[in-house]
Amino acid sequence: MNWGSWQAFWSMGGYGGYVWGAYGAVALVAAVEIVALRARLARARRALRRR
Amino acid sequence: MEDLSAAPAGFHLFRYAAPPQFYALAGKAVPFFAGLATILAAVGLYLGFFVAPTDAQQGEAYRIMFVHVPAAWMAMFIYVVMAGWASLGLILNTRMSAIMASALAPTGALMAFLALWTGALWGRPAWGTYWDWDARMTSTLILLFLYMGFMALHSAIDDARRADRASGVLALVGVVNVPIIYFSVQWWNSLHQGSSITLGRAPTIATPMLAAMLIMSLAFWMYCIAMALTRARAIVLERERAADWVRALAGSGT
Repeated sequence: MNWGSWQAFWSMGGYGGYVWGAYGAVALVAAVEIVALRARLARARRALRRR
Repeated sequence: MEDLSAAPAGFHLFRYAAPPQFYALAGKAVPFFAGLATILAAVGLYLGFFVAPTDAQQGEAYRIMFVHVPAAWMAMFIYVVMAGWASLGLILNTRMSAIMASALAPTGALMAFLALWTGALWGRPAWGTYWDWDARMTSTLILLFLYMGFMALHSAIDDARRADRASGVLALVGVVNVPIIYFSVQWWNSLHQGSSITLGRAPTIATPMLAAMLIMSLAFWMYCIAMALTRARAIVLERERAADWVRALAGSGT
């Protein structure tokens, strides 16, 4: 176990901005891609049903 | 020796080169890869944040490695796979090959972006700068532009088959950039550190760090497969909307 407290965990030894900026970007990109892809697949299916 | 010539008879690999079979199989495969990605990411993040120790030189900032290295690997690997599918499409003119190339490009571009973004945020505490025009970073930026060029060219041409061929050629030409990225830290003086892992040589980082990095890489890999297969399914529906099997699919509600 590396962290004595949640505060220590979030501060990342003073590098919190860099570490969470990196991980946050990964999470955001993945979330956006998943949502956008689901929407694209649903749109393609809707377009088929309209015909 | 196994008789390889007998393999295609029992296992119809090329059956899945046809869009209807691909669509059905990929639909079953996506939840599997997505589930694997989730489990591997949970294990990898646990190892990366709670098991891997603080780095003696870089403190906690080094933990960016667990997303930076997988993203950079996937950005390069996806490009090679994309170029492979594009070349198959150019040579054999199979429908699914070009669709796979198109399905991989956006995910590859996102991986290249994440490699650059996480690299910048790691570079600042490690080297004192977000960005440097050195070989590794510049060639990775070019990789991002190649992905974007592939997508832009494809969407600029209305006829899908012509778009496949034009962007396929671009993908093939751009593949020379991948070994340049990979070997850049050896060929040129670079701010960027050398590889922590080289085939055939002992890794230069501690075991829990290595485990976290490899498991996160597998998670990224599974994620990219799930994304590419889902996108390929959407492209199949968009492109084959006039085909009988797609119409039958629409009627069945799946």
